[in-house]
Amino acid sequence: MKKMLTIALASAITATTIYASDIIKGSGASFPYSVYQKWIKAYNKETGIKIDYIKKGSSKGIKDAKARSVDFAGTDKPLSPKALKAAGLYQFPAVVGAITMGYNLPDVKDLKLSRKAIVAIAAGKVKFWDDKVIAQANPGVKLPHKALTFVHRADGSGTTYNFTYFLSKASKGWRKAYGAKKALSWPGNQHIGGKTNSGVAALLKQTAYSVGYIDYADAKNNDIKMASVENRAGNYIVPTLKSFQAAAAKAKLDPKKDFYSIIADPKGADSYPMVAATFILVPSEKPEINKDITKFYRWCYTDAQEIAKSLGFVPLPKELITKIETYWDTKGIK
Amino acid sequence: MRLLINKIVLGLSTLSALIGLAFLGWILVTLFIKGLGSFHFTLFLNDLINGGLRNLIIGQFILAGIAAAIGIPLGMVAGIYIQEYGRGKYAEVIRNLSDIMMSAPSIVIGAFVYAIIVVPTGGTSGFAGAIALAIMMLPIVINTTDNMLSLVPRELREAGIALGASKYKVIIDIVIKAAKVGIMTGILLAFARIIGETAPLLFTSETSNYFSLDLTESFPSLTVSIYDLANEPEQSSRDLAWAASFILTVLVLTINLAGRFFTRNKKS
Amino acid sequence: MEKIFRNLSLSSASLVFIILIGIFITLFLASKDAINEFGIGFITNPNWNKEISIEIDAKSSNETIKNSKVNEIEDFNLESDLFSDEDDIMIDDEDDIIIDEDDMLFNEDIKTTFTDYGALVPIVGTILTTLIALIFALPIAMGIAVFLSEIAPKNIAYPIGIAIELLAAIPSIIFGMWGLYYFAPIIADLVGGYQVSLLTAGLVLGVMILPFMAAITRDSMNTTPDVLKESAYAMGATKFEVIKDIIFPYSKVGIIGSIILALGRALGETMAVAFLIGSIFALPTAINSPTISIPVAMANNFGEASGLGESSLFYLALILFVISFTIISIAKLYFLKKAS
Repeated sequence: MKKMLTIALASAITATTIYASDIIKGSGASFPYSVYQKWIKAYNKETGIKIDYIKKGSSKGIKDAKARSVDFAGTDKPLSPKALKAAGLYQFPAVVGAITMGYNLPDVKDLKLSRKAIVAIAAGKVKFWDDKVIAQANPGVKLPHKALTFVHRADGSGTTYNFTYFLSKASKGWRKAYGAKKALSWPGNQHIGGKTNSGVAALLKQTAYSVGYIDYADAKNNDIKMASVENRAGNYIVPTLKSFQAAAAKAKLDPKKDFYSIIADPKGADSYPMVAATFILVPSEKPEINKDITKFYRWCYTDAQEIAKSLGFVPLPKELITKIETYWDTKGIK
Repeated sequence: MRLLINKIVLGLSTLSALIGLAFLGWILVTLFIKGLGSFHFTLFLNDLINGGLRNLIIGQFILAGIAAAIGIPLGMVAGIYIQEYGRGKYAEVIRNLSDIMMSAPSIVIGAFVYAIIVVPTGGTSGFAGAIALAIMMLPIVINTTDNMLSLVPRELREAGIALGASKYKVIIDIVIKAAKVGIMTGILLAFARIIGETAPLLFTSETSNYFSLDLTESFPSLTVSIYDLANEPEQSSRDLAWAASFILTVLVLTINLAGRFFTRNKKS
Repeated sequence: MEKIFRNLSLSSASLVFIILIGIFITLFLASKDAINEFGIGFITNPNWNKEISIEIDAKSSNETIKNSKVNEIEDFNLESDLFSDEDDIMIDDEDDIIIDEDDMLFNEDIKTTFTDYGALVPIVGTILTTLIALIFALPIAMGIAVFLSEIAPKNIAYPIGIAIELLAAIPSIIFGMWGLYYFAPIIADLVGGYQVSLLTAGLVLGVMILPFMAAITRDSMNTTPDVLKESAYAMGATKFEVIKDIIFPYSKVGIIGSIILALGRALGETMAVAFLIGSIFALPTAINSPTISIPVAMANNFGEASGLGESSLFYLALILFVISFTIISIAKLYFLKKAS
């Protein structure tokens, strides 16, 4: 029997050495994971090219890219041109996603949440649903006098980062006290946490009188009601692909600055405020693999737009794609 | 009065047995309904990238197989030491430690392997996952070997020695042979246990969408993928998670039953 | 040859010793940063990943930061602080609020806040879920064991016994999925509160260790010699009396052993609990409020943690390892020694 095991072990090791890996490896941000995953699957079917993307979070993605242990990395937080130069990385945006305020209120439809209300909820200041801060924006809606439960992510995530980034833009107080974080110790005592966006979705569905931030795809797939959110212009915007696109159109992503910019809370009367772009980092010294990666993303930008839309992600605007193409060209990775 | 108490107690005990079985039946029924509902034979033909489970099932077997290839010989030889060679304190200490290690939280072993292999090598790898499983398996094999060898009658050993055989010959040719069935069963049960583990693999091997034999990279794992799939937004992913759970359970139970069948056959 | 084999077996056996010591040392080294930062007070600190501001003057060096006064960030006042000045809310420079661990890599400025980590919440969560699981599983497991070894006829006890043993082999992740989607909603309806809570996590954990506990308890009950039982029956004892006065005293050690083994499993269980505990770093205020356990804190946060956060997770792992090691050792070295 031992002989058998030795043979098995030996053959496993030889198999390993013979088998050369031809997979393009990526890691990082979990926020765009679902759309990357679908893109990768569809791309594999069409071209046979193997790409693997592991969600580890943006900060580990950045680390991996710097250590060159992956071929590309995803990050929700762009690196500054200075940091990119120091690490020998190129950067370009991949896709725009949106975060919604999902809620579970029996008998209430079309809830509107002001910026102030969202900050107050996240800060644990809202005890009951009929609180003034919520009621103000919802005249004519009969809000129940029930305890409000705030649902958030329990694990570190780009979704939390983008949500708290929006809160920081909406409130100076929030910005001073908490800032933009991938994970934080939520204040108040009426909150519960779920692992991953689906965990949050499950909690929202299960818990009556709850409200929480969740990416559009998970909310939509789980039939969770989504509130209209007050944007910078003071309008209440329903989360739809169209309002996300309106927001994305306002994004100021400049190739000269390696697209270094966060697009949350854009201007524009029709822009949905809680949007986020997510970025790709590639090492500058590997043009050959980079060309394969940019080829993949070109395909994502153009041929695979429908996949992104089906998950509630916004394909990048045409002008931006042209800018990215030029950026690739000048960096020699097109 | 005595008879009444007797009846009550026996009734309560039967009732609790029924409650326990009802719970466990409920889980199995759920698993079968949800799992079979999304089960299809093409799951065995496609990799996860194409909506199948082939690479995951093979990957899980490879991980557990390598773990067994490391854990079984080491565990058996260590068990032999405790039972046959060890005298006094040291063997007793090892026996106790091995017992304790059997109950060590699997996630702690994952964290340990993460620190000693994943961090120095710069990334998750199938190799790290297999080592974590091997560490889980080692004490179980030691324990089984130790117990089974202790059942072999002393006379057998003495007879061997009397015939002039050296001690290790006696152990390998006589004692192990006598305890073979029991040890094999124990090993199969140990294998069934580690092949269903998730926690030690979470940050060591992770998982992969593709078929892979490259142990230096993230390696496809059925259990880790179940956890990921159960957390993905689309219903189709969750259905796949249930199908994978169903396959995993059938697999574990089959190995388990095989072990038992083996014992029964050899005994009769 | 004899010598080689002997030494080989000795070194394999020593491997157990080496691995256990290795785990301890590795976890200790990996958690060194957190140990240095928080010390033993980590265990009683209810904060996790909480920003705390540090009062420093411009001249102070890194050493004095640690000694300087640490204040919790004051809860901001919603009414006065929010929207006090419309223009001020708009952030022109996007960079200024990108505060995160990574920026420390690029930003040489002195930190004005530091992140506080403590283990009290996960420790309490771990102990309470385990306790609930034991309270739930113990009587039922004893019932099953008594039923299988004494009440049921052989031809029923055998297949049921096998079934229970097989159920003990079902991977824990499956209990978690079942618990979240099928069991928790019912409990929440009965008890109220959240579906993810201490209670539901503990109960599912209880269901998970149930077959394991029942199977090994039955095994130890079965070790009672038939002669003892039969002589008791011959004297007119009822089944209950035989169980109470003969079987339980005789197999006490095994039963305690089985409870402890189940306890060990429950303490370190990750997957079954991860789906259900709610995963928030807050002390539970009621039995149906959500919290977190050590293994779940590790499973949820390990993948994306870095720096002090990662070190704190290793510190948690070390604590879990020490707790389970201690409990099992006490059990083995006290109960089992006493019995034999």
